[in-house]
Amino acid sequence: MSAVIEGKSGFRSWLNKRLPVDQFMADQLTGYYAPKNFNVWYFFGSLALLVFVMQIVTGIFVTMHFKPGETTAWDSVQVMVREVPYMWLIQPMHAIGASFFFVVVYLHMARAMMYGSYKAPRELLWVIGMLIYLALMAEAFMGYVLPFGNMSYWGAQVIINLFGTIPGIGEALTEWIRGDYGIGDATLNRFFSLHVIALPFIIALLVLLHLVALRQVGSNNPDGIEIKEKLGADGKPLDGIPFHPYYTLKDIVGVGLFLTLFAIVVFFVPTFGGLFMEAPNFEPANPVSTPEHIAPVWYFTPYYAILRAVPDQRTGALLMAISVLAFVFLPWLDRAKNKSIRYRGLASKLLLGVFFITFVVLMWLGLKPAEGTYVLLARIFTALYFLFFILLPFVSRADGNGPVPERVTYHAH
Amino acid sequence: MSDYAADDAVPEVDESRRKFLIAATAGTGAVGAVLTAVPFVASWNPSESARAAGLPTEVDLSRMEPGQMTTHFWRKKQIYVVRRTPEMLASLNSHDDKLKDPKSDESNQPAYAKNETRAIRPEILVLIGTCTHLGCLPKTRFTPGDAAVMANWPGGFFCPCHGSKFDLAGRVFEGSPASLNLAVPPYAFEGDNRLIVGVDVAPEKGAA
Repeated sequence: MSAVIEGKSGFRSWLNKRLPVDQFMADQLTGYYAPKNFNVWYFFGSLALLVFVMQIVTGIFVTMHFKPGETTAWDSVQVMVREVPYMWLIQPMHAIGASFFFVVVYLHMARAMMYGSYKAPRELLWVIGMLIYLALMAEAFMGYVLPFGNMSYWGAQVIINLFGTIPGIGEALTEWIRGDYGIGDATLNRFFSLHVIALPFIIALLVLLHLVALRQVGSNNPDGIEIKEKLGADGKPLDGIPFHPYYTLKDIVGVGLFLTLFAIVVFFVPTFGGLFMEAPNFEPANPVSTPEHIAPVWYFTPYYAILRAVPDQRTGALLMAISVLAFVFLPWLDRAKNKSIRYRGLASKLLLGVFFITFVVLMWLGLKPAEGTYVLLARIFTALYFLFFILLPFVSRADGNGPVPERVTYHAH
Repeated sequence: MSDYAADDAVPEVDESRRKFLIAATAGTGAVGAVLTAVPFVASWNPSESARAAGLPTEVDLSRMEPGQMTTHFWRKKQIYVVRRTPEMLASLNSHDDKLKDPKSDESNQPAYAKNETRAIRPEILVLIGTCTHLGCLPKTRFTPGDAAVMANWPGGFFCPCHGSKFDLAGRVFEGSPASLNLAVPPYAFEGDNRLIVGVDVAPEKGAA
């Protein structure tokens, strides 16, 4: 690969002898072959990276005006959006960006589940992705608490008390997390530190590992067949195209569409009907007034619905934890020979379809009060949720072994 | 060149000595890492000022009417104090079969409040107003027969977050997501009308 450097003179050569810029480009972009049959579902990986960068940039600016603390947090947010030039735009971009992050991540995960992208040899890629998801949940939760609106306060109360259900150490653990007997200065300041330093670092590191693991195993594709098994005379995959310029250009289209949607939401429907910003959070935290019903932001509600569906708090909290962690085990629960849903039977398609619907219904139920029919529905759909993970090994083993094409399905445009 | 030749004659490696040294170094390092973590982990515990703010709270009972509830703060938690009427106390005996923990065996309360009325003086109920489910504030639903809460409602507390129901001694009803009765904080009386929340024994009169 040193050929890249040879035969050039001037600054570029000088630079490359000291920092392998061209080498890196060749290895990671122009020399990285991705399957040529990617569809729209493959936008969400690069979009996730885009939202991450957007959150970092807007976050840096929000941090410049934010004052963590029980008595200062709420006021500092009000002052920044009302009085600091353009912070009316940047602060909501950060808050709404969190919701978009989860939209993109959920679609990215759904893609992996449809095309079996978690299956060998990509198990670790999936597990690292799940770690990013968990870190992102912690990051989003703490970010939600920081402005210290009333829903911030009571949401934090509920989430921190979940740790109180752990037998024996629960009470002491919640005091340790809060640094006080209730949510206060200590809690907000440590959440601020974790939100702006620790977790972004961890997420950045995990994203890097995710990309390194991806480069090692190569991208999956909608057909779920390995392009590395059909190499051309030049040793490159016959069904592969260089990531740059082909997919960088394609991803720019996705970026354009995404930013258009994002701008529409930020400018015209910032609260998104109370989903992206909740009404109770437009009043300051009030320890003596619980909002009429506490619902977390939409991206946590599927798990929240599961928590509330169980009439015993300890079991509820345990089931909630299992429901999040169950995804980690997908690579080993899925026993099919074929990866992609395209080459699996009707039973597999139904199973996955019902699971996606279940996830969305639980999301909706978690936003509703826990009473009457909603509780009954939450119990039914909680059962369906876990049924997916229980049935997957059997269904995938039974109908995921049919013939797959030799080469990827591709229609030139 | 002779120096190199001498280097070539590598002396026999004492494998067991090497293993021991590696294990000893790694072990010492691990112990050091764990010990270093202690201050960082411990720094998350409540600070001295947070502990100081958790000192006992005094409540004046002299102006409380029967059937009235007042709320107070102790350790950042709401404390509910109810002066129960004889009717309220009578209502406690009628529904033990509908409770999850009627004798408060599993629940949190000082030993002196683990009795029929969960109180030192039956008429004065002192509770931590934090739902044992996930920490919302249970609301008062003292009127018996409020069918919106549940059939044959004897009066008590209702948590709006997830629908937990408690009677007038803070005991949780079956069908609630909460499993434990509302906790009773440590408390003591000083004379007839002074309640001190946060201590098991009232301080001596005149003590600082």
